[in-house]
Amino acid sequence: MAKPTDLVQGTLDLLILKTLALQPMHGWGIAQRIRQVSKDVLQVNQGALYPALHRLEQQGWIRAKWGESENNRRAKFYSLTPDGAKYLRQEQAQWKRLSLAIELVLDTP
Amino acid sequence: MRWYYKLPLRLRSIFHKNQTELDLSEELQFHLQNQIDEYVAQGMNPKEARHAAFRSLGGIEQAKEECRDTRKVNLIDNFLQDVRFGLRILRRSPGFSILAILCLTLGIGANAAVFSWIEGILFRPYPAVAHQERLVAIGGTSRDEPRGTPLSWPDFQDLQRSCTLCETLFVSKITGTTLSIGDRAERTTGSIVSANYFDAIAVPPMLGRGFLPGEDTGQSAHPVAVISYQLWQGRFRGDPQIVGKTQRLNGVMHIIVGVAPEGFYGTFVGWGMNFWVPASMEDIFESGGYKLEDRGARWIEAYARLRPGVTFAQAQQEFAAISGRLAAEYPATNRGRAIRFWPLWQTPFNNAGTLLPTLEIMLAVVAFVLLIACANVGNLLLVRSFARRHEMSVRLAVGAGRARLWKQLLTEGLVLSLFGAAGGLLVAYWCRHALALLFPARGGVQMHLPGEIDWRVLALSAAVCLATTLLMGLVPALQTGKIDLAQSMKMESAGVVGVRGRAWVRSGLVLVQVSLSFVLLVGAGLLMQSLLKVRTASPGFNTRGVQDTAIDLVSAGYDAARAQTFQDALLERVRALPGVESAAFARMTPLSYVSSATTPIVVDGYQPPPEESPTVEYNEVGDDYFVTMGIPLVAGREFTRADDEKAALVAVVNETMARRYWQGRNPLGERLQLKGRWMQVVGVAKDSKYSSVREKPTPFFFVPLRQNSLRGSVLNIRTPLAPQTMATAIAREVHALDSNLAPYEVITMQEQLDRSTSAQMVAVTLVGILGGLALVLAAIGLYGVMSYAVSQSTRELGLRMALGASSSNLLRLVLSRGLALTGAGVLLGAAAALLLTRLLGNLLYQVSPRDPLAFGLAFAVMTVAASAACFLPAWRATRTDPMRALRTE
Repeated sequence: MAKPTDLVQGTLDLLILKTLALQPMHGWGIAQRIRQVSKDVLQVNQGALYPALHRLEQQGWIRAKWGESENNRRAKFYSLTPDGAKYLRQEQAQWKRLSLAIELVLDTP
Repeated sequence: MRWYYKLPLRLRSIFHKNQTELDLSEELQFHLQNQIDEYVAQGMNPKEARHAAFRSLGGIEQAKEECRDTRKVNLIDNFLQDVRFGLRILRRSPGFSILAILCLTLGIGANAAVFSWIEGILFRPYPAVAHQERLVAIGGTSRDEPRGTPLSWPDFQDLQRSCTLCETLFVSKITGTTLSIGDRAERTTGSIVSANYFDAIAVPPMLGRGFLPGEDTGQSAHPVAVISYQLWQGRFRGDPQIVGKTQRLNGVMHIIVGVAPEGFYGTFVGWGMNFWVPASMEDIFESGGYKLEDRGARWIEAYARLRPGVTFAQAQQEFAAISGRLAAEYPATNRGRAIRFWPLWQTPFNNAGTLLPTLEIMLAVVAFVLLIACANVGNLLLVRSFARRHEMSVRLAVGAGRARLWKQLLTEGLVLSLFGAAGGLLVAYWCRHALALLFPARGGVQMHLPGEIDWRVLALSAAVCLATTLLMGLVPALQTGKIDLAQSMKMESAGVVGVRGRAWVRSGLVLVQVSLSFVLLVGAGLLMQSLLKVRTASPGFNTRGVQDTAIDLVSAGYDAARAQTFQDALLERVRALPGVESAAFARMTPLSYVSSATTPIVVDGYQPPPEESPTVEYNEVGDDYFVTMGIPLVAGREFTRADDEKAALVAVVNETMARRYWQGRNPLGERLQLKGRWMQVVGVAKDSKYSSVREKPTPFFFVPLRQNSLRGSVLNIRTPLAPQTMATAIAREVHALDSNLAPYEVITMQEQLDRSTSAQMVAVTLVGILGGLALVLAAIGLYGVMSYAVSQSTRELGLRMALGASSSNLLRLVLSRGLALTGAGVLLGAAAALLLTRLLGNLLYQVSPRDPLAFGLAFAVMTVAASAACFLPAWRATRTDPMRALRTE
């Protein structure tokens, strides 16, 4: 297993929002999903995950609701708010522009 | 932004703190459980899996704390913690807390009380009246009288008809009467009002009705009255059948048509009104006859309510236009005159105008007192912050940010000033009627000067409280900025008397206190001196040997002929009393609130300039008036018994009038015209004061009572006897003539003068009290600084003693340091006082704002207080035991 890459500051929010855009999910699920989708490249620092979730909730991007997990435990499920969806679209576009620009710089011989 | 998400979350974090905490634990617990499950599935044993899971989360408590931080509850949590801590500290040093809170209570309380007076007397004087914020007071101006003459009734009606920017205009002119109900006669105040009065102010009577349209027209045509709730309850015992009953007011039976609601005192700052009559009854209550059709007779005090949104400038412009039209249309009476208005707090015709300068000064004075109190508390906090230096250092050492320390210190200051503010509001609440108490009682007339504690006063007091917090919290907070960790963890080094460094902050605060209280002392000294000057200045008549009283025959229902017979008989009896040198009746007493009649006059041979319509005040007086009052005549003769209705009409003018209208010619034998009747000048009297001691020399003339209204009720008596002796004698004589009559209180003219200058008296009293308070606070401050300096320098003192300094040396050392501080403060204060006392301006009478006596006195008082404050610490310094002092360190 390759050494997991540290997440660039601020990208954790983006990843969380993107993951929640698919379906409401609890914290554990979000971490798992990010790892799976990134093929184990991105490891969410679990200590940072919950503060990030709480911050996003305070900002109104996501909403929390208690529900049953797949293994019948009580879990807090987060879902994207309409404001959050808008914010995600903005940030995604921003990220694409940024990574494209970095690629351009790096590819210059 | 998105507050609709955030707000519920925040509130939840604060008010359902436990639930939020539980949720957080459960959420993390769920995560851990899943992680453990996964590790077990990977083949770890449960115990190992559990440890690994905890590790992967990187410390569950840290994670929780970070989550809490995102909710921003820490801010509030810390604040509450600081508040609790502050309270605990206050409880632990009750001496300090009580002293600090007392200082702040006095400081904030004095401010809140003055705010409430200003609100209740100047800005919102008529709580029952609708939309006071748009109410303005109307008056006239002329070249000679730029500040508020009354209006004439025709002018008022024209104004009422043509003012488009006013929602409503109404008249409310103070008057008085003697109320005899049952067997008790008593003076009471009331208002002559326009018929729309109760509608205009939106105060419907609680019983009966207000006045009907048209009830303010016709001479004495509508004898109806509305009485106050107080009068109804007090004198009529709350009679439910009161409406429709009659009551004699100034000799005329009036039908009581209504009772005003409770808590309504009329529209006059200073005295509570007890009855209201329509303007048609004017000639029953006013001097100078029927004036509703006389454009030259100015007697009305009026108010207007501007339409919403109309600015003062717009309305003022319209008033100017209307009065300009009136001046063009009626040049005989209105030439050179204008009508304008003033905001309520500058009302020219009631006590608002008298109290305005006093209250302005008070505002500055209480600000000073507050500053001094803040300096005291700042000093106390500072001393304590030295004691808590170790605590602060430890806090800094274990990682508290300086901002966090500042926040804590400011919170402690806030706790203190909140207590101070609560106490202060209580003080203000107790003091809200105090102003009326400072004024001398005036024969049965009730002062009404309420403070008003409304939201504006509360908001202002809260602002003061916050400013206080900042001011005094800042001092120790700044000190923490200078804590050097390494240094302060070591031993504190011993101080020396007069040490530089930290001591300068405390000394600086004392310096400020001393200089501020010096300014107040100078101010009190100046006001005191000018009060003495006002009260001893000669008003142009004899004040000591002359007394006056009044017998209100009109109210008792006498007609003119009977009144004349009665007065002649009484005069004869009074003149025959032992000790009475002379006696005379008159229409009005100088320096009383009852204004003299003013009237347009025509002077033979005097051509008024185009912008002037000569109007002069006059009094109607009986024979022997000048001799009785002690007003010298410079030419001609005094009125005699022979100047009666059958004789030729005569008048006596004063010197200023002679100079102005006869310009150097001898006025004796010349003629002047009053109300269409020509009269001959037979005498010239020396100038005296008529309505105020401070007025400039004013043209004035006198006419004989017998040739005019016959309604003079004031009896002036020249006698060396005491007023009490005179009162019983006169009461006896009056009873002998008519057993139902009673005279008013007998007072000397000096008492009359004192009453007329009571606003100055109030200013002196208040500034004196607060100046004394400031002095005490400053002395406490000085005492505190000196005792602290002494207690911090025991080693130095011990050393000096061991080396042979005598106790008188030490005494001198400490005293001189304290007095040097005082001296510097006095210098600073003197410089400030030289700049500031000019602001006393109008309150000073014949006293220079730089009067050396006031400065000298303030200096003496300050020196004595400072010496007293320094003596105890200095004496303690001499008791230092050199052995112990040297051993302890």
